[in-house]
Amino acid sequence: MNSLFSLPLPFLVLSFITILCALYVVTSKNPVHSVLALILAFFSISAHYVLLNAQFLAIVNLMVYAGAIMVLFLFVLMLLNLNKDSEPVKSKIWGIAATISAGMLLLVITAAFQKSGVAIYKGSADDIGLVKNLGRVLMTDYLVPFELSGILFVSAMVGAVLLGKRESNSESLLDKGNS
Amino acid sequence: MQLLNIFKSLDISHYIYLSTVLFSIGMFGVLFRRNAIVLLMCIELMLNAVNLLMVAFSEYMGDAQANGQMFVFFIMVVAAAEAAVGLAIIVMVYRNTRKTDVSFLDSLKD
Amino acid sequence: MSNLLIILGFPLFGFIFNGLVGKYLPKSVVGSIASLMVAIPFFVAFGMIGDLSNDAQYSVNWKAYTFLTLDNIPLSVSFTIDRLSVWMTLIITGVGALIHLYSTGYMKNDEGFYKFFSYLNFFIFNMLLLVLGSNFLMMFFGWEGVGLCSYLLIGFWYKNVEFGKAARKAFVMNRIGDLGLLLGLYLIFSKFHTLEYSEFSNQIAAGNHSDNLLNAISILLFIGAMGKSAQIPLYTWLPDAMAGPTPVSALIHAATMVTAGIYLIIRNQILFALSPFATEFILWIGLATAMLAALIGLKQTDIKKVLAYSTVSQLGFMFVALGVGAYSTALFHLTTHAFFKALLFLGAGSVIHGMHHEQDMRFMGGLKKKMPLTYWTFLAGTLAISGFPFFSGFFSKDEILAATYSHGLIPYILLLLSALLTGIYMFRMFFVTFHGTYRNEKWDYSKVHESPLVMTIPLMILAVFSVFGGLINLPKYITESGSLVEWLKPMLPIMEHHEIGHSEEIILLGLAVLVFLTALIYTRIVFLKRNRVPTDSETGFFSVMRDKFYVDEAYNLVIVRPLEILGDLLHLIGEGIFLKIFSFGIYPLLQVVSRLNKRIQNGNIEFYLLYMIIAVIVLLGVNLIFF
Repeated sequence: MNSLFSLPLPFLVLSFITILCALYVVTSKNPVHSVLALILAFFSISAHYVLLNAQFLAIVNLMVYAGAIMVLFLFVLMLLNLNKDSEPVKSKIWGIAATISAGMLLLVITAAFQKSGVAIYKGSADDIGLVKNLGRVLMTDYLVPFELSGILFVSAMVGAVLLGKRESNSESLLDKGNS
Repeated sequence: MQLLNIFKSLDISHYIYLSTVLFSIGMFGVLFRRNAIVLLMCIELMLNAVNLLMVAFSEYMGDAQANGQMFVFFIMVVAAAEAAVGLAIIVMVYRNTRKTDVSFLDSLKD
Repeated sequence: MSNLLIILGFPLFGFIFNGLVGKYLPKSVVGSIASLMVAIPFFVAFGMIGDLSNDAQYSVNWKAYTFLTLDNIPLSVSFTIDRLSVWMTLIITGVGALIHLYSTGYMKNDEGFYKFFSYLNFFIFNMLLLVLGSNFLMMFFGWEGVGLCSYLLIGFWYKNVEFGKAARKAFVMNRIGDLGLLLGLYLIFSKFHTLEYSEFSNQIAAGNHSDNLLNAISILLFIGAMGKSAQIPLYTWLPDAMAGPTPVSALIHAATMVTAGIYLIIRNQILFALSPFATEFILWIGLATAMLAALIGLKQTDIKKVLAYSTVSQLGFMFVALGVGAYSTALFHLTTHAFFKALLFLGAGSVIHGMHHEQDMRFMGGLKKKMPLTYWTFLAGTLAISGFPFFSGFFSKDEILAATYSHGLIPYILLLLSALLTGIYMFRMFFVTFHGTYRNEKWDYSKVHESPLVMTIPLMILAVFSVFGGLINLPKYITESGSLVEWLKPMLPIMEHHEIGHSEEIILLGLAVLVFLTALIYTRIVFLKRNRVPTDSETGFFSVMRDKFYVDEAYNLVIVRPLEILGDLLHLIGEGIFLKIFSFGIYPLLQVVSRLNKRIQNGNIEFYLLYMIIAVIVLLGVNLIFF
């Protein structure tokens, strides 16, 4: 424990918040509470990013995850009127099985990391996390994946719209497409 | 700009532990919860655990090409797309069955 | 080499071609292709006679490729044409081509026409493989191949269960002989490290091999010959093989395949010449077979059965010749026998054809007027086989008798007796079938008809050969040169020595003619003058003869029944106990397993997720622990 508290305070606090929020996400009965806890967890992860010199990613994380995606989740929850704790609880056996599985996974992955030797710290890169540098890399080395992700977004959007449409409408749409 | 240098007082293994714990919590949630929306949220949590580890390694290895951060970037893209489509599917399932409980989605055996 | 390729390739092509597309072609095309594929090799082989005659050591060798290498000993696919193999090739393709031609008429209305010709061509191919191969391996391939064809053709009308059984019997009987042959080959391979004829013969000629080894190999090879050439005790399949179409009986079970055993022994003359015990054994087996088969043939009423027993008996004659060391004489008799036995079978086929598939001679008679061509050619065959002076059979049989006489008196007397019986059963069949009065109510006399030209032409050609075939090997007292024996001498390095005086030879000749006349006169009195018709109601020893000395029944009792009982017992243990236990054990086990499996695949995503995670854990864990 001594070593744990000798760690830098920001990391310690942020990690604590992250894990607590994550635990609340999976244990809370009310989905809305889960969403809110997850947003909090994302905030703390963003703070981790800042600690790790990934400033732009921190901002993006906030905007995309905490801003867009989680709002989408909330939106759906409200739309489907699931904000009550209406979810039936799983049996105890499932709880035990899930706990054991997750625990084993934790153990195995940690062991795997322990076993693989970790490289020596090479020293932080320069201000690579800033938007200027990231933008340059994105537009040169990663141009093709960048464009492809654009296509992915478009297709995801079309798919989501198609799925979200009313059944009868979508059927008629398909019929038109076929004829 | 004054750069933080967290790894002067910290080992990479601490970030490994943190993200492994987050990942396992997400996995636990996937197994334990029955609400499809919460399931999706747990998956997002797992993705974020991976992202965190990726950024930590990027910093630790002095990654001048920002490969790790780029990867995180693309994972976010995919996650966003996945969330959009996944939620759309859930909405449709709810519309048909009035439920978002994955225990009832057992038509895979047919 | 190209000659060999043509000789072997054409029948094979005919087999494949007719087998694949024959069904969709008109029968005339199928028949002519099949006949041509046999006739062309005949002319090719005939063309080689000149070269072979000019140079005694001339031979064509072709090593196609190495089939496999065992213990650094290569077993090659290789072929040789020398005087012996070309002679066999000529018989096989010559008689074969005539019988193909005949079959186009005989099988005209059979729906399996293309199949029949395909099989026939395949048979010719295998037979050629047998005689042209330059080592035991090739011979064995051919040996088994002709066995297969024989099986297929005996059971050609397989819808008749009895015919199928006959085919099976032939196959099994041959298999017993083949076991002996195979053991012989193993012995040769392990002791001589080769399967090539020439190398094998050279090693034996070099000496320093024990007599016991040579005798053992000889006897094992002879057991193979016993099966294929229908000798006691493995002869019972041949009469049953008459279930096949008559051209098949003529080609396979009279003229060619059954002589494979003779060929085998002639080919390994050095081996047999140096194993006196084995040759003595062959002599007595041959004598016994010649005698027994002739006795049985005396009381048969089915004309094909008579001919079948006659074939067995004549093969016995050939083995007697081999047993007394007269190898070239055996080949001579093989040749003449191929002519007249093919002729007789085809004649019988013609009769059966005209009588609408009636084979029992008790229901024939007086066919002379209706089938003149068949009558005259059949007469030629009968005279040839029973030794009418200066017909082909007369010369060959006389030579065998002379050789036997120089060997010992008792074998000679027994053989002479067999010759007498041969004359009797042949003339009995001839008179009962063609003379006397017509005795069949089911098939009107007016409907009896002569066969078409396509069937009678082969008969006439074969009749010519049966009559004049003896001229290829005139005895020494007529001419000294140009005989088959002289021609084959280079192939048979160890000379036969049965020098007997001229006066003795003349006496033997006289005895042979006397025997022939006795047979003729006896049958003429009994069957022509008194018009006796064979009946089933024989008594005493004759009934035993009619019932084939109960050999089949004895085999059934001694071999087949115990085997069946053993089989039933094993069936009871294997099927009844083991299988029941295992099946009743496995079935519930499978049920439990599948029920569990069903539970696992319940279609619910959550479970699948759990399995996935468990799999990840296990894989990672295994990776961690073991690597």
